[in-house]
Amino acid sequence: MSKSVGFMRALKCRECGREYPLEATHVCEFDFGPLEVVYDYDKIKKSMTKAAMAKRPETMWRFRELLPVADEPTVGTRVGYTPLVKADRLAKWLGVREAWVKNDAVNYPTLSFKDRVVSVALSRAKELGFKTVACASTGNLANSVAANAASAGLDAIVFIPADLEEGKILNSLIYGARVVAIRGHYDEVNRLCAEIAGKYGWAFVNVNMRPYYAEGSKSMAYEVTEQLDWNLPQHTVVPMASGSLLTKIHKGYQELIQLGLARDTKPTVHGAQATGCSPISVAFKQGMDFFKPVKPDTIAKSLAIGTPADGFYALKVMKETGGASDDVTDDEIREAMSALAECEGIFTETAGGVTVGVAKKLVASGKIPAEDSVVLCVTGNGLKTLDAVQGHVGKPAEIKPSLREFEQLIESDNKIKSK
Amino acid sequence: MAATIRIPTPLRKLTNEQETVEIESATVGAAIDELEGKFPGIKERLVGEDGEVRRFVNVYVNEEDIRFLENQATTLKDGDDVSIIPAIAGG
Repeated sequence: MSKSVGFMRALKCRECGREYPLEATHVCEFDFGPLEVVYDYDKIKKSMTKAAMAKRPETMWRFRELLPVADEPTVGTRVGYTPLVKADRLAKWLGVREAWVKNDAVNYPTLSFKDRVVSVALSRAKELGFKTVACASTGNLANSVAANAASAGLDAIVFIPADLEEGKILNSLIYGARVVAIRGHYDEVNRLCAEIAGKYGWAFVNVNMRPYYAEGSKSMAYEVTEQLDWNLPQHTVVPMASGSLLTKIHKGYQELIQLGLARDTKPTVHGAQATGCSPISVAFKQGMDFFKPVKPDTIAKSLAIGTPADGFYALKVMKETGGASDDVTDDEIREAMSALAECEGIFTETAGGVTVGVAKKLVASGKIPAEDSVVLCVTGNGLKTLDAVQGHVGKPAEIKPSLREFEQLIESDNKIKSK
Repeated sequence: MAATIRIPTPLRKLTNEQETVEIESATVGAAIDELEGKFPGIKERLVGEDGEVRRFVNVYVNEEDIRFLENQATTLKDGDDVSIIPAIAGG
């Protein structure tokens, strides 16, 4: 086990401020508040200059000082630095002056933003001496834990709701992970894993490794800012399941301000949910500072968390930054997925449809002014949730290999005729 | 009658590492008081000054979140399982 702690200082309870050593532990013994990594920012400031970073490879580990590993990362060293796409055609559809898509649908290696958090969690798990890693997952996290554990030579056990999309199940099995399907929704998987994690000596990335794991999400904020020439975006729309990504993107922006790497232009952070699982957006719209748990029923399964652990903090961030929150129905999610695909050639999973669909609503309601610029966090790949669009995107026109049939087809086919 | 409370790892220092505790109370609220009688100091970990279960503490009776039942007034019967679990992250 490594003795060094790198740029980290301690784990600290977000509720009462009590500090704990940098071990595999995630809740305050006193009030159950979540523990968060605190850093030595003076030390970071000296090491993380723009000149030093210019020489580093284009991965999320360019921002290594702000990620909670003691030594150099050993797992997922090529993760991140996904494209930030200027989305002019989508901007028109949204009704806003300028839109950018942070495209984690092509994150390496498992096509979702989860590779960011997993590379941090597994690198830290190895530092702490673990040989077996585990997670409770709505799918993407399981895929990422399975793949990254395989490449690192760690054993992986992943727990998922039994009704997950076929693609996401196969995408965990292929890497040789033990997949345990629980007959229940994600909150029940989560509850079981909390009980299991206390019992076995495994590194559960989103349970006992959560303080490290969650920090990986900040890399999305760092990358977006650097890709915008070290300018913070005016508006960022983030999908919310537990609410963790949203709070960490906000933290990422604030850290860059604190380190003098970006000017404080008061970035606004907005949260997107699916109507079928919208405890955070409903609470926000009702002006509540805490949410009421719900039982999820939505095609956006990767966001289907009815008891969002970071919901309280997500509400706070949106309020403090002048952000807003809304939710979209299953039909609106599919419509937004098609819009992103047709406008920008990006096929996102249902969660991305939630982000894009909610962005449109926020522009329509003036929460995002039409003359402003917005970054949309697209966090997963459409190839993993084909079931969600099956039967909703039309069918191929099937003909014999005959010129006559083709000519008949174009006579009657509006889609071709109009070209 | 007796229900079983599963004690989460962060609280086991207070229960002398005991993982489960049998209680006789008829409601969740009374069970927390009964637990306090056996292991002084445990109640303030679970319940805030306002008398409500702390926001990062989830309590389940037979796998159902008490917020979907009747919170601390949720009744307990013989053989019920009560779990106390910290809120955990997404996936």
